Amino acid sequence: MLRKIFALMKKEFRTILKNKKTRMVLIIPPIAQILVFGYSASFDLNNVSYAVYNEDSGLASRQLLARFRGAQAFHFVDTVNHGDGIAPLINEKKVMLVLHIGPDFTRNLSKGLPGKIQVILDGRNSNSAMISLNYVRNIVMGFNTHWTAIHGGRHVPGQLVVSSWFNSSLDSHWFIIPGIVALLALVVTLEVTALSVAKEREAGTFDQLLVTPMTPLEILIGKSLPGFIIGFIEATFIIGMTILWFHVPFRGSFLVLYVGIFAFLLSAIGIGLMISSISITQQQGLMGAFLFLVPAVILSGFATPIENMPQFVQYITYLNPMRYFLIIVRSTFLEGASFGLLWNLYWPMVLIGIATLTAAGLLFRNRMY
Amino acid sequence: MDVMRLRGLVRKESRQIIRDPSSIGIAFFLPVLLLLIFGYGVSLDARHVPLAMVVEKNSPQAMALVSGFNQSDYFLPIPMRSIQEAEQALMHRKVDGIIWLRHNFARQLLMGGKAPIDVIVDGVDSNKARLIEGYVTGVWFNWLERMTGEQGQRLHVPVTVEHRVWFNAEVSSRNYLVPGLIAIIMTLIGAMLTSMVVAREWERGTMEALMVTPVSMKEVIASKIIPYFILGMGGMLLSVLMAVFLFQVPLRGSMWPLIVSSSLFMFTAINMGLLISVVAKSQFVAGQIAIVITFLPAFILSGFVFDIRTMPVVIQWLTHLVAARYFVDILQTLFLAGDIWPLFLTNSAWLAVMALFFLMIIKKKSRKLLE
Repeated sequence: MLRKIFALMKKEFRTILKNKKTRMVLIIPPIAQILVFGYSASFDLNNVSYAVYNEDSGLASRQLLARFRGAQAFHFVDTVNHGDGIAPLINEKKVMLVLHIGPDFTRNLSKGLPGKIQVILDGRNSNSAMISLNYVRNIVMGFNTHWTAIHGGRHVPGQLVVSSWFNSSLDSHWFIIPGIVALLALVVTLEVTALSVAKEREAGTFDQLLVTPMTPLEILIGKSLPGFIIGFIEATFIIGMTILWFHVPFRGSFLVLYVGIFAFLLSAIGIGLMISSISITQQQGLMGAFLFLVPAVILSGFATPIENMPQFVQYITYLNPMRYFLIIVRSTFLEGASFGLLWNLYWPMVLIGIATLTAAGLLFRNRMY
Repeated sequence: MDVMRLRGLVRKESRQIIRDPSSIGIAFFLPVLLLLIFGYGVSLDARHVPLAMVVEKNSPQAMALVSGFNQSDYFLPIPMRSIQEAEQALMHRKVDGIIWLRHNFARQLLMGGKAPIDVIVDGVDSNKARLIEGYVTGVWFNWLERMTGEQGQRLHVPVTVEHRVWFNAEVSSRNYLVPGLIAIIMTLIGAMLTSMVVAREWERGTMEALMVTPVSMKEVIASKIIPYFILGMGGMLLSVLMAVFLFQVPLRGSMWPLIVSSSLFMFTAINMGLLISVVAKSQFVAGQIAIVITFLPAFILSGFVFDIRTMPVVIQWLTHLVAARYFVDILQTLFLAGDIWPLFLTNSAWLAVMALFFLMIIKKKSRKLLE
């Protein structure tokens, strides 16, 4: 039995690796993608472009603006001298926000009245708008503390002391890059498996495979192993990049992570082979792969949290292996989580894997043309 | 180009589409399904965030703060007895944050000291953590105003910040994610529909049969583009209708720019799919390339969810190679801001350049040659 499986596996590897284009598709994109996506996927604004519309000629407004000029995260673009100048700057995305200081800002402040500044934000990306608004507030808060210290006044009672666990500087790369491990591992295994049966069906060689002494189980294992091995190597490579190149802290144990990878690959291969054995043509196989991949990625919690989804969509996500694996990768990286915290994330993936592999095995024989 | 020959080829291609229901399914069923799931599922605005509330000693001041959290729509406060219990809950991802008022909170407040309110957030999802921080600050500020108001004094803050969010006053991330989704879905559909059609002819040997006919390569390519273009535009129309009527995303721009840019983008996406097909020559390879170069770049590098302005400069240049980027920009602006011609024209020009570039390579690569 082992020899037969080994022979099929060898043949599968040959079909994947023989073609130069296929080889390239397996090797180059993951490297390029982890590099490009690793740098690009982020929610942190470090270059908030802004313009100033200052109607106040006093000292206080200049002091406040100096703080913005000095801030690393802000990038000064333009000064506006008239209210009409604001719209074109924001409309055409020249700036993300405009700071408007009214004519009696300094006068009010020196009288002990609150000085108001207005921030006009481009809401087309509301997430960026809110983050940059928070940055503005932080700078104003710094200015306020300084102002009260010099000009007197009661400080505010009940101070907020905020600390964040696991990612104290709230660097969103630490959140996204471990997620890319899951993303690319899924894409690669689907690529290898989703067309593998459909290709043989279309060429007619699958019927020949079925009349050999190999049992469907042996065919299943032989078809699964290459995806498994390739997925494993690529995942390991991406994890290495995450730790060594992007310096995301790895606080957990590799055993916990790799048991997760094992379960995740099992489910991904199961789904890939199931898609492949349902499809009669490769075009259908490709459609099936996309049809699974796109929702699986978007509804995994990779970029937008699952908790924000309505309840019925949350129920759908329970069928998505990436949902579980994402938590495992992030927890082992950032929280240093142990088996105890994660055990209820492993078994759903194994279950999905077993169910889909069984379905694939049954479809081998029952879907013949 | 001969019209009659072209018509014959288009008819053959259309029949192939109609007889394989999966293509029609992709063009119409898929956008509806994806937009439904994602339109409801994708949002960056946290609501009802579970928050552990640890109040070590009850006092009117502490109660006022807790009730502030209870009334907020953003939070779902869960009372806990001790900080240890709350930390356990945070470890097990039962809560996303902790508010901790120590037993001497009220005393320190009355003595006029800086009474600390400890806020611990789970930083794993840093974007969410930041949002939570912002919401907590809002609740805290309301509480401060009420506290000082009760003591008969006005809260004195030197500079206050007022904000106006243009184009999206209710600050709903769905309003910009749904237009972006249309661009992503259309990228996929364009690539999926066409990435295999030329490779299929090569693989089945029908390309060789075509070569001995008087049909020119130009006509073959045109016959692949036309039916899929019509199919794709149908899907596009459905998506826009859903965005406006189902998800209530305001459409502030006018129809013409929407139609022009959609056609340009569809044309670019189909050309990209065809190019993959022409280069790969085998469906297996074409499928793999399509998965790698269409979905993920469109998802991550288009500005759909990750703002391009947050990326390093080198990567910002790289995003210019992703067609979806221009369309995301056009759609977000057309939907939320209206007709802003400078943005519309530059982005459309880029799309046109890309489409022509793809077309040129397709033409060059698809000679009547056998290998």
